[in-house]
Amino acid sequence: MTFINYASREINCKIVYYGPGLCGKTTNLQHIFDSTAPQAKGKLISLATETDRTLFFDFMPLELGTVRGFKTRFHLYTVPGQVYYDASRKLILKGVDGVVFVADSQEERMDANVESLYNLEDNLQTQGYDLNQLPYVLQLNKRDLPNVIPMHDLTHELQKKGEPVFEAVAKDGTGVFDTLKAVAKQVLTELRKT
Amino acid sequence: MSQSPFILQEQQFLKIRSVLERVRVECAARVVFLVDRDGQTIAFNGDIGDMDTTSFSSLAAGNVAATTSMARLIGENVFPAVVHEGENESIFISVIGRSLLVVVFDGRSTLGLVKLRAKRASFDIAAILDEMIRESQLIAASAKPAFADITDEDIDSLFS
Repeated sequence: MTFINYASREINCKIVYYGPGLCGKTTNLQHIFDSTAPQAKGKLISLATETDRTLFFDFMPLELGTVRGFKTRFHLYTVPGQVYYDASRKLILKGVDGVVFVADSQEERMDANVESLYNLEDNLQTQGYDLNQLPYVLQLNKRDLPNVIPMHDLTHELQKKGEPVFEAVAKDGTGVFDTLKAVAKQVLTELRKT
Repeated sequence: MSQSPFILQEQQFLKIRSVLERVRVECAARVVFLVDRDGQTIAFNGDIGDMDTTSFSSLAAGNVAATTSMARLIGENVFPAVVHEGENESIFISVIGRSLLVVVFDGRSTLGLVKLRAKRASFDIAAILDEMIRESQLIAASAKPAFADITDEDIDSLFS
């Protein structure tokens, strides 16, 4: 839920990166964090296991600039991708304003992508959201690997509602900011209607 | 569908800050926050030093979300308060509707005092939040949304 503070003249929005385990959600955030000027970002908080797998969430606040005299601050979250952390995923979707689904382009991860996408729809519904009504972007990550499914086939399989689709290699930053911009624009556009 | 924005007007912000100041003084606390359950800082009063308040609020909300889910697993509806006691600094979190009152205190105060003062303040905070929610809904229901005037150019300029 967007939080508009007239006293501090701030618009705060929540964007969640969703997707199967090891698809690159945390890598997206890490790249945004590493590439952003210090004054535009807060700390990158990672609640991770000892082996660096996301346990609860990763979080970073990002300031994009001012619109109509209001600072726009995006709170970026990732969910834990592993199947058994579903309770945590549900909690993180609370109050979401926009979702990025990060798909793993490798052939052997196709089933995991589909399962995670179903899980996203289910969990959104539990929180009272409809994916069709929510700002949403699909990112096809790991495009640099040799065993990837062609973009056209992957899009055909995973695209839900004509949402923008971006090819990405999150570890070197390719497509990361295009994805973020696309979802942030949709969130702000939504603000004009509500 | 995305939900209507939660709108905090300046007058309500000042009221909330004054309640937080009262709690901080009465509890001899270091700092007192009011945080939205989605993790957004609504207001705070006190000495934050170099604390990252945005991260702090997000983690406080995550903490309460997790303990609320744990409560449900054992048949409780909610744990209305969460306490973390440290060697020097401690944190008391009280759930007030869709917000959290978070008190950071040290050896100058006691948990009993913090609980008592927080409980008293919770009624005032709940009343202000009710007013905020009512007004947010009125704005959402009005013909002209709060940011109807934002243009595509305004949005594009953020990314240029």
